[in-house]
Amino acid sequence: MSIINAKELSKIYRVSEKQPGIAGTFRHLLQRKHREITAVNQISFSIEPGEIVGFLGPNGAGKTTTLKMLTGLIHPSSGELLVAGHKPWQRKARFLRQITLVMGNRQQLLWDLPALDSLKVNAAVYGIPEKEAQRRINELAEMLELGEELLRPLRKLSLGQRMKTELLAALLHQPAVLFLDEPTLGLDVNAQVRVREFLADYNKRTGATMLLTSHYMGDITTLCPRVLLIHQGELFHDGSLSELTQKLAPCSQVRMELSEIHNVEDFCGYGDIHSLEGHQVQLLIPRAELSERVAALLNRFEVVDLEVSAPPIEELIGGLFRSREKL
Amino acid sequence: MKWAWRVARALITSQYALMLEYRAEIILWALSGVLPLIMLGVWSGSGAAAAAGISAQQLSRYFLAAFVVRQFTVVWLINVFEEDALQGRLSPFLLQPISPLWRYLTAHISEQASRVPIVAVLLALLGIAAPGLIWLPSAGALFFGVIAIMAAFLLRFLLQLVLTTFCFWSEKAAAIDRLLMIPYMFLSGIVAPIDTFPPAVKRLAMATPFPWMIDFPARLIAGEPVNIALGFTAIIAWCLLLLPICHLLWRAGLRRYSAMGA
Repeated sequence: MSIINAKELSKIYRVSEKQPGIAGTFRHLLQRKHREITAVNQISFSIEPGEIVGFLGPNGAGKTTTLKMLTGLIHPSSGELLVAGHKPWQRKARFLRQITLVMGNRQQLLWDLPALDSLKVNAAVYGIPEKEAQRRINELAEMLELGEELLRPLRKLSLGQRMKTELLAALLHQPAVLFLDEPTLGLDVNAQVRVREFLADYNKRTGATMLLTSHYMGDITTLCPRVLLIHQGELFHDGSLSELTQKLAPCSQVRMELSEIHNVEDFCGYGDIHSLEGHQVQLLIPRAELSERVAALLNRFEVVDLEVSAPPIEELIGGLFRSREKL
Repeated sequence: MKWAWRVARALITSQYALMLEYRAEIILWALSGVLPLIMLGVWSGSGAAAAAGISAQQLSRYFLAAFVVRQFTVVWLINVFEEDALQGRLSPFLLQPISPLWRYLTAHISEQASRVPIVAVLLALLGIAAPGLIWLPSAGALFFGVIAIMAAFLLRFLLQLVLTTFCFWSEKAAAIDRLLMIPYMFLSGIVAPIDTFPPAVKRLAMATPFPWMIDFPARLIAGEPVNIALGFTAIIAWCLLLLPICHLLWRAGLRRYSAMGA
């Protein structure tokens, strides 16, 4: 049975509009105009217990609005939604004990106190016995490589250390469902890797379900066998990353280093030129004709090095969003 | 019950530690609450109190008691809630299995606890500067006075909670509270004891929740003749009226909450 089940879920916001200038200001004051914005438009998906699912989309696509509905922070405008067997917006204590939301740009811990003070409050709020709470803090601190940082005021910690303490606080009550909104935002590469490793390890140990949004494709490719791709409030893809790549990229990327410098015209008929700089050329070639064209290229040019790959997923998704915006 | 006690203890302990971090700010807040002492100076020189049948000693005791009551009934819920809602700090609290209002309530209680030594020092300094001003209230006056202060604080908290729920509809709900400060200042007894008001104004004041927030506990501590039963009944009645209003507005507000900033 699915742990998250969304059916035709929508969220429509009513916003007022103001024209610039003094006339616009008075019109806004006296005769306010409102407009309805569909942030999420009838999306349906379900997630099984233990799955790690990536939630992708550009800014304003509806990712965070969806997460807010899934956690019960906001009410859906229409549709059906069940998370861990509960209607999230009712925010029943039994439901809230089973979920957690980690936001990379927001903290729940008290800024001027050591994290341990906030953790004690969380342990009391979630009714975790003191000894058990201490055991969990020790275990999570070890997994997250946190030690005396828990005794220092939060404001004195680095961004990476703060994120790890936030994760510790969010997981203290052992939630069955984790909603992670940009958990590696602003972290350096090493810290990103550590957070990813921790999440993967935590999923393996506890079987917790995770829905993760991130602008760092590294988070998605490392952690998420399945992705949901949302754009302009609508669900565009629900499946694996490789399926998405195939869907978005009918072409392979061929990078060659040549012994001589050539002109653009020399590559006519072999594929679309992605870039041409000095001895380096990158071509996009339809997959169906890949072997035939690569063989032709090897015959025609003196190739020093050759690499065939799928175009980076970031580029594919970016290209998709740009093309859909033009429609 | 055991769970509730543990949560209350954890919240108060952490909030108290937080307030001690802000001790300089709290000293300034405490100093900014000296309006009753200023009013004492104004009234002492005017002779208006004598005309209203209040002796100089009664007047000084009343304003000193009002100063203490004011210190321990300050509510700043709407300011911090408005900021939390706008900055997105409210959202994580809403996802925990207790109402975020308990956090705010315990923050107020902790702030009051951190004021105790500050107010004690201020009173001691006042006693050194003007020994005639300080007196020791009777045990009964002190007992009922302290309970009345706690009840008055609860009433003020609930009244401001009603306005605080408007934060779900408006980004500037704190402005409504600033407007409410005017009747609060005049009708609570901060600027003058309610007994000195003209009868019609006094009747009007007594029909509002304000006199029970300052005048009633201040008169109790000052040892003035007070109808204790009436005072506590009025506070309980106002609280019982405000509680369901708070509850309904809170629920309606949550439906509107857009979790901005999160």
